[in-house]
Amino acid sequence: MHIVVCIKQVPDSAQIRVHPVTNTIMRQGVPTIINPYDLFAVEEALRMRDKVGGTVTVLTMGPQAAEDALRRALTFGVDRAVLLTDRAFAGSDTLATSFALAAALSKIGREFGEPRVVFTGKQTIDGDTAQVGPGIAKRLKLNQLTYVAKIVAIKPAEGEIVVERRAEGGMQTLSTKLPVLITMLEGTNEIRRGTIDDALRASRQEIVTWSAADAGITEVAKCGLKGSPTIVKKVFAPPPRAEKALQIATADQSMEELAEATTKAIFKRRPKLEEDLIRFSAGP
Amino acid sequence: MTEAEKKPPASSGRAGTRKELPEHFKAYKNVWVVIESEMGAIHPVSLELLGEGRKLADKRGVELAGVVLGSDRATNAAVAAAIFEHGADRAYIVADPALEHYRNEAYTKAVTDIVNTYKPEILLLGATNLGRDLAGSVATTLLTGLTADCTELAIDEEGSLAATRPTFGGSLLCTILTLNYRPQMATVRPRVFALPAREPGRTGQIIEHPLNLAEDDIITKVVQFVADRHSDEVQLAYADIVVAGGLGLRSMENFQLVKNLAAVLGAEYGGSRPLVQKGWISSDRQIGQTGKTIRPKLYIAAGISGAIQHRVGVEGADTILAINTDPNAPIFQFAHLGVIADAIEFLPALTEVFRARLAVNRLAS
Ligand SMILES: Cc1cc2nc3c(=O)[nH]c(=O)nc-3n(C[C@H](O)[C@H](O)[C@H](O)COP(=O)(O)OP(=O)(O)OC[C@H]3O[C@@H](n4cnc5c(N)ncnc54)[C@H](O)[C@@H]3O)c2cc1C
Repeated sequence: MHIVVCIKQVPDSAQIRVHPVTNTIMRQGVPTIINPYDLFAVEEALRMRDKVGGTVTVLTMGPQAAEDALRRALTFGVDRAVLLTDRAFAGSDTLATSFALAAALSKIGREFGEPRVVFTGKQTIDGDTAQVGPGIAKRLKLNQLTYVAKIVAIKPAEGEIVVERRAEGGMQTLSTKLPVLITMLEGTNEIRRGTIDDALRASRQEIVTWSAADAGITEVAKCGLKGSPTIVKKVFAPPPRAEKALQIATADQSMEELAEATTKAIFKRRPKLEEDLIRFSAGP
Repeated sequence: MTEAEKKPPASSGRAGTRKELPEHFKAYKNVWVVIESEMGAIHPVSLELLGEGRKLADKRGVELAGVVLGSDRATNAAVAAAIFEHGADRAYIVADPALEHYRNEAYTKAVTDIVNTYKPEILLLGATNLGRDLAGSVATTLLTGLTADCTELAIDEEGSLAATRPTFGGSLLCTILTLNYRPQMATVRPRVFALPAREPGRTGQIIEHPLNLAEDDIITKVVQFVADRHSDEVQLAYADIVVAGGLGLRSMENFQLVKNLAAVLGAEYGGSRPLVQKGWISSDRQIGQTGKTIRPKLYIAAGISGAIQHRVGVEGADTILAINTDPNAPIFQFAHLGVIADAIEFLPALTEVFRARLAVNRLAS
């Protein structure tokens, strides 16, 4: 069974700094990582392959440098890596991204066999939209299972899958037919350490690299900035608050006095809060 | 404001993109909210969106409508009555057994059909698991723009929806427009906007629409639904008082101090993300950009530095009390009250003062 995982290379946003004057992102020297949510998808794909047999292909759209993310994925034991890279993709929003990825997935299907399961992470840590997975599913008319916590059963012969998915206020168990697109919830598994063989193979393996034309995309106007209905009008740092924190602290106070002053300050700011607390709090 | 702050912010390089709305989109009018409801209980985020949607509709001089999907006619009608009281002028209702539980196929079909029939200019959804699952599918089917997890919605000079959202892990905000496509879609997380006041007796117009989809055509089946036995999630997001701890507490044992104070105040407790990663608290108690957005009357943050990703989750709090040893901690830039102290010593003292004060006043009142 052919399984494809869409991953994204993202800046390690924990290490991103914003330039204090220009309000722009200082990307220089910021390391890149595989979007952490995608690792759950990669691992789940590998588990599925190990269980029912087949191959796992990872796909990413990005600059040439995104090859690093693919090589990393290969070290986990993924079988094949495809990089979709073209200047035409620059500035893609989620709609344009799902268009390009869907085209690449179709090409992957023609070249390496139709994927029966396509995985993505729940969302990325830079875009945070959770829209690309559903976008791909709709474009390729795949059944869509988002926020999946567990694959309960997969039966390739019957073309059936049963999953548990996180819904509002509970856990839904859903059954559907293959082919399917699954977005994996975080914390659902732990990415494996690949074998030494995998690591060796990863360093030597050729990465399939496609331009827009290679992927069979003729409608370039549906890609990149041109193909993106959303337009970023401005980017700015969160405005500072007008109200500055009132400091309740003097050097010679005891903790008790400080605590006393703090409760007074809270109730002075919001007198009604004390009434509410008296009515609703746990009591002595 | 300093001169530097007044300068136009760095643009992303799409300057010059003009509004040239194609002729066939010009008929698109009105603001819609997709109403999330479960057995007639409306998700608070839908009401919050009606409150914000009302403002957008008034600014545009158009109507506000809610889309109500469900299996049962009477329940849908009750939901419609409630949304009218929360500001909607109209309800588009689809009643069909296939809509009993949320399933992407049926809900996407219902929403896209009524959008194509009645043509709203703005379509808002909650950034819940349901809303995000549905919004991505609807936007792709309609080939329109969708802005996720907005924290601010406005109408710009040209009458377009200006949707502001955090980007780069919350370090920056960006304002996004969908100039030349309709509807303009956005999702908003629960608790970002305040609940609108209810106007008892306010009514509106109901428009029914068929689903046109047979159960047999829906491939995905719901096998089972297990409700969360402990609904921590809802309680934290909607708690009136939240006490939270951060890495400054230094150990899981010390985190008990946060729980003690929360117990005295009848509050929910939560924490910053590293505490989840360390396993001191469960992930549904994480507050912030990748955790819960909260809007309590009182938020007490002990040993939390106030990173931007944390800040975006607590900014809606009415009163923020920060306890931190470092007077330069970023949290003091958005807290209302600040105590520079060791939280490990201060929390027990604060807990005792609250306990005593509330007990005395409870007896007196
Ligand atoms: C993509 C992404 C998403 C994120 N999402 C979230 C999120 O949703 N929520 C979140 O919280 N974080 C999130 N983070 C992490 C965030 O950037 C910060 O790393 C995190 O909030 C810091 O947690 P902290 O304040 O507990 O710890 P620290 O930053 O280590 O701060 C500890 C603070 O405690 C103070 N302190 C130390 N000792 C004491 C003491 N004895 N008494 C009182 N104060 C003391 C210190 O002065 C310091 O200010 C995210 C990061 C990324 C990259």
